[in-house]
Amino acid sequence: MGRLSVTLCGVELSNPVIPASGTFGYGYEFADYYDIDCLGTLSFKGTTSQPRFGNPQIRIAETHAGMLNAVGLQNPGVDAVISQELPRLAKVFHKPVMANVSGFSLEEYVCTCQKLDAQPQVGWLEVNISCPNVHGGGMSFGTDPAAAASVVRAVKAVTKKPVIMKLTPNVTDIVSVARACEDAGADGLSLINTVQAMRIDLYTRRPLLANGTGGLSGPAIFPLAVRMVYQVYEAVSIPIVGLGGVSSAEDVIEMMLAGATAVEVGAANLVDPYACREIIAALPAVMDKYGIKELRDMIGGAHG
Amino acid sequence: MKKSLFEIAENTPLTPTVYRMRLAGDTSHITAPGQFVNVALPGHYLRRPISVCDAEPGMLTLIYKVVGHGTEAMASMGLAAELELLTGLGNGFDTALAGESPLLLGGGIGCAPLYLLAKRLRAEEKCVRVALGFNSAAEVFYAGEFAALGCDVTVATADGSAGVHGFVTDALPERYSFHYACGPEPMLRAVYDKAAGDGQLSFEARMGCGFGACMGCTRMTVNGPRRVCKDGPVFRKGEILWEG
Repeated sequence: MGRLSVTLCGVELSNPVIPASGTFGYGYEFADYYDIDCLGTLSFKGTTSQPRFGNPQIRIAETHAGMLNAVGLQNPGVDAVISQELPRLAKVFHKPVMANVSGFSLEEYVCTCQKLDAQPQVGWLEVNISCPNVHGGGMSFGTDPAAAASVVRAVKAVTKKPVIMKLTPNVTDIVSVARACEDAGADGLSLINTVQAMRIDLYTRRPLLANGTGGLSGPAIFPLAVRMVYQVYEAVSIPIVGLGGVSSAEDVIEMMLAGATAVEVGAANLVDPYACREIIAALPAVMDKYGIKELRDMIGGAHG
Repeated sequence: MKKSLFEIAENTPLTPTVYRMRLAGDTSHITAPGQFVNVALPGHYLRRPISVCDAEPGMLTLIYKVVGHGTEAMASMGLAAELELLTGLGNGFDTALAGESPLLLGGGIGCAPLYLLAKRLRAEEKCVRVALGFNSAAEVFYAGEFAALGCDVTVATADGSAGVHGFVTDALPERYSFHYACGPEPMLRAVYDKAAGDGQLSFEARMGCGFGACMGCTRMTVNGPRRVCKDGPVFRKGEILWEG
């Protein structure tokens, strides 16, 4: 194992850096910009059982140190992902991929997870119970520990690959949702999804996003994410994928010190398509600066 | 697409709200008129997508309108300042579709990307007609520059203070082989409804990334959802669907 490598739910990653779902498409288009085999893995665009157009325009707003999005899970549906997107990705990415799944009912989560679990390319299922931009599903499963546990049990019953539950920060107590997922059999947790937020247009005096609210991401939410990863690490023993505003090699290490085994990079990919490659390239020198020999030794290092 | 640094060689107002910025740097990834660049501005999280007005080896020309904090910051930038750009974004116009006498229709800041298109079409010795629409005489820019390329230029203003009183669609010539349009969506819709024959229309959108990753700028087309930044911004007339 190299000095950057980590093991996530039994699968080794050459480094802990993972483009976050919704900021990297199905990955292959980024291969036009750089060799994406340098990534630990990638979490592909949130996939649902049926094709979704997503929300009407406007879907994007800027804010200080971040952005809001209300894309609304636009995706071609799981069957097209399997028949078209994954074969394209296989040509340019030669590692296990993290399959991000969303749904609006238990049955839908089960159906989509079962299909993706059967794909040899898929290394992990990342089950999103935290999308703030859709109605009647998504986040409503992630705000209630019992509902979250029901998704875990249903998905675990039909899958063999590690199941990582992606949690929302839009709760009073993320630790109780994390514990419920662990108790129900989840293999890992990823946190945090975006923070529900709003901008208002001074000209129209109406919410800027057509959906009204959107999800805040970018450096603005990094300390919030670090705090939640730290709290969840204290409460569970399954691995955590930390995300939320990670923009640099230093941020990756800080997230790992809080308790993350691997780290996803989201909004930074949208500002700079080369962000993940540059973060990975910067890690060895930043590790040297802080006297770190093996990156995996940092996991949970901030806890006494 | 390429990420690289450019140095500001000129940043001057053309009208009270429209500026021309010339930037020295590598333009080799700009492959078609109608493409755009995405400009990183210090202190602003997202980049600003700006259409390419002209590109020569080593020199890029942008024309931008001051509409918010980002473009206000751009307008106050001095010579020799460096900006990081993503270049070569979007599909651009296809000059092979032009025929012998293409018509170019621009609305406001949407006139800017038509300049490089007109330049390329004139280099192919096409008979190029250009209709430029603005709100008023004070907002008119580049009519002389298009004329200097050898284009037949008509200006239209909504208030009648210069040229034809009305919109570009009130200044359509009788015959043209193909049309290219860029401007605000109501103008594009009027072009779609009133201009005869086939054409390509270039759309504006609020973008997150500008290179196809975030799905922030998607619009529905005849062929399904398409990203304005990556699959566009230029769409063939037959692909376009309108909301409402």
